[in-house]
Amino acid sequence: MTDSKYFTTTKKGEIFELKAELNSDKKEKKKEAVKKVIASMTVGKDVSALFPDVVNCMQTDNLELKKLVYLYLMNYAKSQPDMAIMAVNTFVKDCEDANPLIRALAVRTMGCIRVDKITEYLCEPLRKCLKDEDPYVRKTAAVCVAKLHDINAQLVEDQGFLDTLKDLISDSNPMVVANAVAALSEIAESHPNSNLLDLNPQSINKLLTALNECTEWGQIFILDCLANYTPRDDRESQSICERVTPRLSHANSAVVLSAVKVLMKFMEMLPKDLDYYGTLLKKLAPPLVTLLSAEPELQYVALRNINLIVQKRPEILKHEMKVFFVKYNDPIYVKLEKLDIMIRLASQANIAQVLAELKEYATEVDVDFVRKAVRAIGRCAIKVEQSAERCVSTLLDLIQTKVNYVVQEAIVVIKDIFRKYPNKYESVIATLCENLDSLDEPEARAAMIWIVGEYAERIDNADELLESFLEGFHDESTQVQLQLLTAIVKLFLKKPTETQELVQQVLSLATQDSDNPDLRDRGYIYWRLLSTDPVAAKEVVLAEKPLISEETDLIEPTLLEELICHIGTLASVYHKPPSAFVEGSRGVMHKRLPARTGSGESTESPDVGTAAGGSAPEAAPSIIPSQGDLLGDLLNLDMAPPTTSGPPPPTTGMQMGGMDLLGGGLDSLLGGDLGGSPAMGAGFGAAPAVMPASLNAPVGGGLGDLFDLGGGVGMPMGAYIPPKIVWLPAMKAKGLEISGTFARRAGVIQMELILTNKAMSIMTDFAIQFNRNSFGLAPAGPLQVLTPLGPNQTIEVSLPLSTVGPVMKMDPLNNLQVAVKNNIDVFYFSCQYPISMLFVEDGKMERQVFLATWKDIPNDNESQFQIKDCHLNSDAASSKLQGSNIFTIAKRTVEGQDMLYMSIKLSNGIWVLAELRVQAGNPNYTISLKCRAPEVSQCVFQCYEAVLKN
Amino acid sequence: MINSLFLINASGDIFLEKHWKSVVSRSVCDYFLEAKEKALEPEDVPPVIHTPHHYLISIYRDKLFFLSVIQTEVPPLFVIEFLHRVAEMIQDYFGECSETVVKDNMVMVYELLEEMLDNGFPLATESNVLKEMIRPPTILRSVVNTLTGTSNVGDTLPTGQLSTIPWRRAGVKYTNNEAYFDVVEEIDAILDQSGTTVFAEIQGVVEACVKLSGMPDLTLSFMNPRLLDDVSFHPCVRYKRWESERVLSFIPPDGNFTLMTYHVNAQNLVAIPVYVKQSISFFESGSGGRLDVTVGPKQTMGKTVEGVVVTVHLPKTILSINLTATQGSYTYDNGTKLLVWDIGKLNPQKLPNLRGSLSLQAGAPKPEENPSLNIDLKIQQLAISGLKVNRLDMFGEKYKPFKGVKYITKAGKFQVRT
Repeated sequence: MTDSKYFTTTKKGEIFELKAELNSDKKEKKKEAVKKVIASMTVGKDVSALFPDVVNCMQTDNLELKKLVYLYLMNYAKSQPDMAIMAVNTFVKDCEDANPLIRALAVRTMGCIRVDKITEYLCEPLRKCLKDEDPYVRKTAAVCVAKLHDINAQLVEDQGFLDTLKDLISDSNPMVVANAVAALSEIAESHPNSNLLDLNPQSINKLLTALNECTEWGQIFILDCLANYTPRDDRESQSICERVTPRLSHANSAVVLSAVKVLMKFMEMLPKDLDYYGTLLKKLAPPLVTLLSAEPELQYVALRNINLIVQKRPEILKHEMKVFFVKYNDPIYVKLEKLDIMIRLASQANIAQVLAELKEYATEVDVDFVRKAVRAIGRCAIKVEQSAERCVSTLLDLIQTKVNYVVQEAIVVIKDIFRKYPNKYESVIATLCENLDSLDEPEARAAMIWIVGEYAERIDNADELLESFLEGFHDESTQVQLQLLTAIVKLFLKKPTETQELVQQVLSLATQDSDNPDLRDRGYIYWRLLSTDPVAAKEVVLAEKPLISEETDLIEPTLLEELICHIGTLASVYHKPPSAFVEGSRGVMHKRLPARTGSGESTESPDVGTAAGGSAPEAAPSIIPSQGDLLGDLLNLDMAPPTTSGPPPPTTGMQMGGMDLLGGGLDSLLGGDLGGSPAMGAGFGAAPAVMPASLNAPVGGGLGDLFDLGGGVGMPMGAYIPPKIVWLPAMKAKGLEISGTFARRAGVIQMELILTNKAMSIMTDFAIQFNRNSFGLAPAGPLQVLTPLGPNQTIEVSLPLSTVGPVMKMDPLNNLQVAVKNNIDVFYFSCQYPISMLFVEDGKMERQVFLATWKDIPNDNESQFQIKDCHLNSDAASSKLQGSNIFTIAKRTVEGQDMLYMSIKLSNGIWVLAELRVQAGNPNYTISLKCRAPEVSQCVFQCYEAVLKN
Repeated sequence: MINSLFLINASGDIFLEKHWKSVVSRSVCDYFLEAKEKALEPEDVPPVIHTPHHYLISIYRDKLFFLSVIQTEVPPLFVIEFLHRVAEMIQDYFGECSETVVKDNMVMVYELLEEMLDNGFPLATESNVLKEMIRPPTILRSVVNTLTGTSNVGDTLPTGQLSTIPWRRAGVKYTNNEAYFDVVEEIDAILDQSGTTVFAEIQGVVEACVKLSGMPDLTLSFMNPRLLDDVSFHPCVRYKRWESERVLSFIPPDGNFTLMTYHVNAQNLVAIPVYVKQSISFFESGSGGRLDVTVGPKQTMGKTVEGVVVTVHLPKTILSINLTATQGSYTYDNGTKLLVWDIGKLNPQKLPNLRGSLSLQAGAPKPEENPSLNIDLKIQQLAISGLKVNRLDMFGEKYKPFKGVKYITKAGKFQVRT
């Protein structure tokens, strides 16, 4: 006889029949009836109408019947709260039963009934059960506290259950400890700051003892809890690691992975030269490999985590490439993950093997997998330079197969290879062009168009090719349209004579017929550039592009660190911090890897900063986004919009707005060059030409939008303006006294002068001229002193400055020699301007670019300074500096020391990167500056000091 | 922790739901069913699915989906491991894990699930603890129960539940005391066209069947324990002894259990017991092709290779095949394009061969993909890694148990590329 009999029905109706049976006198019949009810419940039928009848069966000595009734109660009590009260008495009585199984069962079931009235009655029995003599009851009660907390958190706190729960961590029974930890962890999740799991060396010791003796599930809870602890020093860290390593041999993969998490985290604190560190590294590999022989679902989670681990510590698995080789009957989700890890592990030593595998995969059946394999070949080429040639020839072989999606993928990755190794493999362009017609995916089309545009001078019929794309311009996706626009402009700049018509056609398509603002804006900008200054246009559009880096898709170091702390969790599967997706995790605390603090080592030593989390810039990998960001790189407009919006200051008006637009636009266009282009960092000569003449350009309807944008460059806080000082004393200038200062207002550099006539005669005909200077500062207009200056009269003038004047390096760098003329004579004086007024508004670097650039600049260019007696905290400092266009890009806190990473861009395109360390309570800041032109560091430092102290 | 469990069959019907916290509407499974529709094979459904309010973690086993619903951050491996335990528990209790069996024992499955988790926290997952709480059905017991009115539910606290050895119950008694160990090794390998090993490793497992009275304390030692690259143990094994002496010392659970798993992947150590000579080629014209496969023994340590089966997934464009096998028989399913050649025992004197022609559908181009061959095989009385049990000693009890060790080598994921 099987349970399917419970589903048979009779004519009278199921419910009616069941009711009769439930009220039967015979125990057996009753039990059968309850079973039928439960059976209906399990398949989702509503049997709540039988509530009173079922509850009546509750008072019984038969444990099975009791359990069945409890099952029913848990399911339906919520829908019948008043009826559920009927059950309370039995529960309370059962909590006093002599049999621990029944006591535990009662308290456990009561906790599952989510009815307020019942929870009130639960408190007393629960309190007793938490102190029960039987550990089985205590461990059940521990979980019950978590249940109750879920229903009524306040009640749990008021009743002091949390403290009792904390006491259970010291229980003599390991199972009770494990459950208490699990319950506390779950409660803590909804109370991130409650300090529930206050871990100290004593409690850690207790947990470690319990770890050896409790069930596999308990081990998971304890390990996850341990992972939240930060050991005091490397010795404690090592001793915990030693006690956790045996868990790596557990049959339960979740235990293994939780142990890996603890080890990965605590390893961070161990000095790398320690023997134990090496031993630990060696011990980690085999269990990770073993996880890959488990069921596919487990493999998947393991692979997602291994992906993080190989990014953080590639040395662990560097010899294990082969276990990631894809098996033909792996599920697709496992295949894709394995492929990803293979690329991460690819190195010169194993690249031949990897390529052979990838080529094999590219002939498999599964389209998604094949695509990813082709892409992987491209990534190998970019990652392992020595293999690039082989990769390209492999890709060409694949293109020869003419399989449509293979060809398209191959073209997309060849584009990336071109960007990594310019002028090396262009011989293959001919082959690529043969496949032009078969491309139907936007990404592949865009890539191909980019190639044609970029190498237009080598492709004889580039104009024809591009023209053929232009025919269906409006049917293309935005990606392709934007690319086509840029490519044709490039073509025009390279072969202006033959392609004038084409470029006009595309500009008018983009600006007039398109309603996509990005396309329109870019069209206008090109149009403007081309019509005003083709030379500048050439410099902008055909500028040397930054090389894309191998680590295009590495996880950003800070995120990686956080994810390492979350190994084995959902966050590690999604590669997102828990705060990004876990519902109800109010203000999840961001976890950080602990910093390495050797027992005798001082936190001040610069070495610690580097080791601290691997994310210190030196240690960080260089990243420039490449995939899909091609367009962004070419025209950095999308990436560096003006920082704030808001009404333009009244003084600037339309004219200034116009200037800003182009200034800003050009800067960001050139900004795309940062780091990679030698032209940029080389010297002071390469100032971008900002053409006030461009104001005369036709202002189309679309340009209005742009002006708004450009005019909106406001500042969140006033920039630092030094007090006015006397530059030219009256004695030396026949009665003319000039004092002044420099300011940057709304993106315009101004020289603010006070002219005082201390002579007896009237002064007229003022004019001003600058000598050549380091940053090409020059008056942007005449000195506006309209009325004659009478004796003892004072006038304030402000003179807008541009940075396009002639350049000559001065000493000191920020020295400015000025000549002022009036009707009496010509006077000369020199003054020093704060370099901060040259900091432009779009000096905020992308995080990743920052890391790459920081790494790229040689260490010799780094200079360190101390700023003394500054009492701001790091946030205040950061916002103050922001006012002067010194942008904080990232902030990290290590050991109570805030590290602010900042970028500054000078008006001539020089970038200065800074790291500011602020220790709470210490008024002395340390600042490190890195710049390709190290001469500016001293001046920049002075600005920091001036800004921070004012 | 784990909120709910749904059991879903291959066609997408939900036939059991269990909630450990508040009830989650079964409509949440729609996200899963959607993903299932998208996947080509049921095996390809992603194991972790994100829905607006829940996470769905699922496994596919025995043609059933075990789908769990979670709401907070829970280690996914924990959930997956648990789901596998549920499947194993059903297998253990009812002899098989299938929709019919679950439906036939609905109430008992439900009771068992209730014992396994409390509020989503694992409560009792050890089979022998569960069996003391809820006794597995036997014909005899159901007869007795109907006659006497006793139930399947134990009413005392299981003894193993709280001891430091939760896997063993007290008071076990057998008249014949016996302990058997099976060393089973599976070869996972990828061979390329030329027969060179691209990748090979051995997954080994020591399965035990221990029926000993009382509290026996066993020590199992190997002749060559250093062979093993990585090991993972049943919780009963004392890790410290392994670390220091390389012996397995443990108080065994009662009945069947997996004592340890290990793997050996130092490549030169992995002997490949068979070689395969194959050629599957298609004519340039695209009308058809030829298939020629020969299998022969290689490094077999003098043992016979049996149960050899070659499976080939032929390209989708194949219309029909016409092959002759010199040994064994082949079947071909034109729907799935699956060619299965069951060879049986390998005779080194007369190598089995399968050859013949393949014809393609009219107008179909020459297939791009190369089908790969999956090999299945079995070698009795041999652990291909060379692992050998040295001796088994028992302490703590006075009787003399009967002991036995058996070795067997199988093909795991053994794949030959063409």
